[in-house]
Amino acid sequence: MKAGSNLEKVLKEGHFAVTAEIGPPMDADGEVVRSKARKLKGYADAFNITDNQTAVVRLSSIAASVILLQEGLEPVMQMTCRDRNRIAIQSDLLGGSALGIKNCLCIAGDHQSASASGKLKGHPGAKNVYDVDSIQLVAILRKMRDEGLQEGGDPIKKRPALLIGAAWTPCGNPIEYRPFRLKKKVEAGADFIQTQAVYDVALFESQMKVAGELGLLDKTAILAGIIVPRSLGMMKYMNTSVAGVSLPEALIKRMSDAKDAAGADKELMKIKQEEEGIKIAVELIEQVRAITGVRGIHLQAIEWEDAITEVVKRAKLYPRPTF
Amino acid sequence: MIISETKPIGEILDFVRDYKKILIVGCGGCATVCFAGGESEVKTVANLLRIAFLKQSRAVEIIEDCALRQCEYEFADKIVEKAKAEGVDAILSLACGVGVNFLATKLGPIPIYPGVNTEFFGAAVEHGFWVELCSGCGDCMLHLTGGICPVTRCTKSLMNGPCGGTTKEGKCEIGPEVECGWALIIKRLKEIGQMDRIGKVIPPRDWSSSRHGGPRRLRKDLKLETEAAKPPSALEKNLRSSK
Repeated sequence: MKAGSNLEKVLKEGHFAVTAEIGPPMDADGEVVRSKARKLKGYADAFNITDNQTAVVRLSSIAASVILLQEGLEPVMQMTCRDRNRIAIQSDLLGGSALGIKNCLCIAGDHQSASASGKLKGHPGAKNVYDVDSIQLVAILRKMRDEGLQEGGDPIKKRPALLIGAAWTPCGNPIEYRPFRLKKKVEAGADFIQTQAVYDVALFESQMKVAGELGLLDKTAILAGIIVPRSLGMMKYMNTSVAGVSLPEALIKRMSDAKDAAGADKELMKIKQEEEGIKIAVELIEQVRAITGVRGIHLQAIEWEDAITEVVKRAKLYPRPTF
Repeated sequence: MIISETKPIGEILDFVRDYKKILIVGCGGCATVCFAGGESEVKTVANLLRIAFLKQSRAVEIIEDCALRQCEYEFADKIVEKAKAEGVDAILSLACGVGVNFLATKLGPIPIYPGVNTEFFGAAVEHGFWVELCSGCGDCMLHLTGGICPVTRCTKSLMNGPCGGTTKEGKCEIGPEVECGWALIIKRLKEIGQMDRIGKVIPPRDWSSSRHGGPRRLRKDLKLETEAAKPPSALEKNLRSSK
């Protein structure tokens, strides 16, 4: 075992893994994390804590991860390259490990301009760091854990035992390069991969095939990203405005039909769309599960925890394995 | 070239509002070529200030000049001599920040103010439109990336390929007007059959050759120097040790 995390055990035993995402609040209220944790406990093998996602200032990933530990859930601490240089990153990896965190997802992070793209003011004028990129971060963490060396070469006596995760956007542009970028992540030391949301299953499958030809599928565990769609508006937004995500017209039409079926009743419209979204997510899980090399799913339902529990149950992925 | 832009006149006016004799000095180098601080911009700024002072019924003498280049001591020293001989209260420089900095250390009690915003190293891709193409980071890796710079043209300066933010149209996640630098690199490498150059993981780079190692200096003995005598760059060393 590299880190001895629950996620690592699940994957090692050959179970179909489930990770889910928890977004910390924009204030100091740890209770928000605690209450989400209590709702979701037992529905995934590990829970990603986002690191100031979309560059919006939130309760820190390390702190929220520790709250999960206190609640008996296993965190995947996300670590972006946007806000820290290699000194701060390594310091936080050591600190996170000392606090009992056993999984880390290494990512570049959204550009700070994204922080002001919605209703929020954000911090679009912030200075970013990007001292290292996400692949270099994977390599740094692997060197710390497996060789007991800091990036600069100084020795580490007590090594950080962290399972190393990386993100992959299989359906993003330039599409033909994406499997090769995955290869770099795997070569750098990624133990598991969580993908950007998959809706175009055929395209994802063809990218997985290339990944297989590159010999990557037995070197890393790929967890396909599933975002539970909540409304027609959200699906359309993701299709046009979220890089690396494209939705087949047929799926959009299904949601559109569900919305129309409610007539003018707004409450019913919401119920119908949410129900359709959950159905779509469950079907996507079944479809990606059939693809060679998919070892689990990474489930996201933004500010909608009930969808996670419902989808996991309906996909017959509940209860989760225990050790 | 170093691209710069003339500051709004209101801002300039704020800098110099309390002086009675001002020398406005342009630069015949980059600032001239990008229409920010050459002879004609000196004239424009001078006239705008004269009008502003006239409106305030203030008698302010404005002297105009333009150095061949403000970033070389031979030309900069002449400006300093002129400022002292004329007894001006302040200098407004329309050169890039290099010129302002350089003159500031030579002017003794005379204050100097910037009349332009220094923007970036770029090229004129069409008339009146400049694009940043180099960050001057001190350890060029363009031989690996088909001549297109990931430090400058990738918004996140990523070294190992595009993040997940490349749009369907090949643009950057920050906006549709920004090309994804890595999409450009990949396109170019395919065109010249050099995709293998980005196949290996490029290790964290040594940024001390960039501004992060403190203000940079370069001394050359300006005699003939053979390439073979040059030590390998930090990136080259990194790449060699990673094999």
